[in-house]
Amino acid sequence: MEEKELVIIGAGPAGLCAAIEARKKNIDVLIIDENIKPGGQLFKQIHRFFGSKQHMAGIRGITIGEKLLEEVEKLQANVWLDSTAYGIFGNRIAGVIKSRKKNVTVKAKAILIAAGAVENPISFEGWTLPGVMGAGACQTMINIHRVLPGKKALMIGAGNVGLIVAYQMLQAGIEVKAVIEIMPKINGYMVHAAKIKRFGVPIFLSTTILEASGKNEVEAAVICPVDQDYKPILKRTKSLDVDLICIAAGLQPLNELLCQAGCQFTYKPYLGGNVALHNENMETTIDGIFVAGDCSGIEEASTAMEEGKLAGIAIAEKIRKRKWDDEKLEVRNRLNDFRIGTFGEKRKISKMEIEKEYYEKVKN
Amino acid sequence: MKKLRIDETLYIKTPGFLSEQRIRKGPVAIIECTQDIPCNPCETICPRKAIKIGLPITNPPEIDEAKCSGCGLCVLWCPGLAIFVLNYNFDKIRASLTIPYEMLPLPGKNEKIKCLDRNGKYVCKGKIEKVTPPKKNSRTSLITFSFQKKYFNTVRGFKK
Repeated sequence: MEEKELVIIGAGPAGLCAAIEARKKNIDVLIIDENIKPGGQLFKQIHRFFGSKQHMAGIRGITIGEKLLEEVEKLQANVWLDSTAYGIFGNRIAGVIKSRKKNVTVKAKAILIAAGAVENPISFEGWTLPGVMGAGACQTMINIHRVLPGKKALMIGAGNVGLIVAYQMLQAGIEVKAVIEIMPKINGYMVHAAKIKRFGVPIFLSTTILEASGKNEVEAAVICPVDQDYKPILKRTKSLDVDLICIAAGLQPLNELLCQAGCQFTYKPYLGGNVALHNENMETTIDGIFVAGDCSGIEEASTAMEEGKLAGIAIAEKIRKRKWDDEKLEVRNRLNDFRIGTFGEKRKISKMEIEKEYYEKVKN
Repeated sequence: MKKLRIDETLYIKTPGFLSEQRIRKGPVAIIECTQDIPCNPCETICPRKAIKIGLPITNPPEIDEAKCSGCGLCVLWCPGLAIFVLNYNFDKIRASLTIPYEMLPLPGKNEKIKCLDRNGKYVCKGKIEKVTPPKKNSRTSLITFSFQKKYFNTVRGFKK
């Protein structure tokens, strides 16, 4: 068994930022990621991020990713890539298949689970046909692997992910035939909708998908308006000539490892579903198991980075038995600055509820 | 099927959209950003302090008509691609619009184009006047194109 002070599962924005903060405080850090490159979803975020200067606003995710990797390298954190953390066992032991070859167990003083999120599927007739995929999967193919998954596409869902990925599909040279949204209004920001509208992509509201049709792969999508009760108005169906159907129906935290570690959960719809209870230091109900990023509630890369920093500092405090309150306060202020507005406010309230529930559970 | 429609009525009289009187005077930034997004690079980047967001940073951007010179730095930096520079007095008969452009290939100077409205619908013919390729690490180009003055509030994009 190997021993490390801090094991971080997930080398995305949260995991990398936590590693940087912990390394600055000279904590022995090991980052584990199942991908062959670190950065999580940052490198497919080719758009500029919202926020303020201190949130690196106006910078593209891909550029932020490059900066984080540079820093991680400079601070000499250990990174195991192509390695899957498959379990958390009692007393903070992580089970890892290292480089897809060797089963290794790592004992740590603290484990940070920053495994990210998984896309929500929606099912409809023909949804298992090749050519139906998550919007995130399509984004990975076009922006990371530079492969076109189709030529003519339908995007399901007009939240920010659906709108942003639809725009990036245009950039990749895919003809986006339509974006459909079952709600009577779009859930994403108008500026993102405006970007694709200017290129003539129609956004159909109160509209759903009935079927993906085709023999061996997607050849068409059958869409249809819905009434006030979200029931399809079948006599008004329309067929779209597409070979790609992307689903952007939200994300949920990737909870398996947290679950296995014995963490307690609470249901928070504005944060994507079941979320591990955690306190203001990102520590879960299991001593020494921390959580950050989308894993602790679906938000954005900007908040994931701040949460990662917070966890990194808090973990260093725990291991070194010291206090860095000023540094944590700075991070928390930046988090609060970002959790405002129509979307942010609800997440902020949910986060406060989580903290309250955490203390109720831990006390009992 | 019900389509989302976007037109100038959403933006006219919002704090980022100046009066027609100011627009007629010369180059100015037009900010089509009205929701409470926590975002302020336009405010930070403006060398003349012509854009105000303040606190909280979800305030919609407000533009000062006397200070804005239409330099276009904010166009380049807006993560929402929601800012344009409109020059009503490009010449006697034409206005010009400078937009952020993230598509390849870039159009060429003097290329004839079709000008589009906010929904991608054809409005009128136009011409590419200036192409500013991306600076290092920016990956955003600026494209300036001209079209008949009367469509200054309608045209927001183009296609080849």
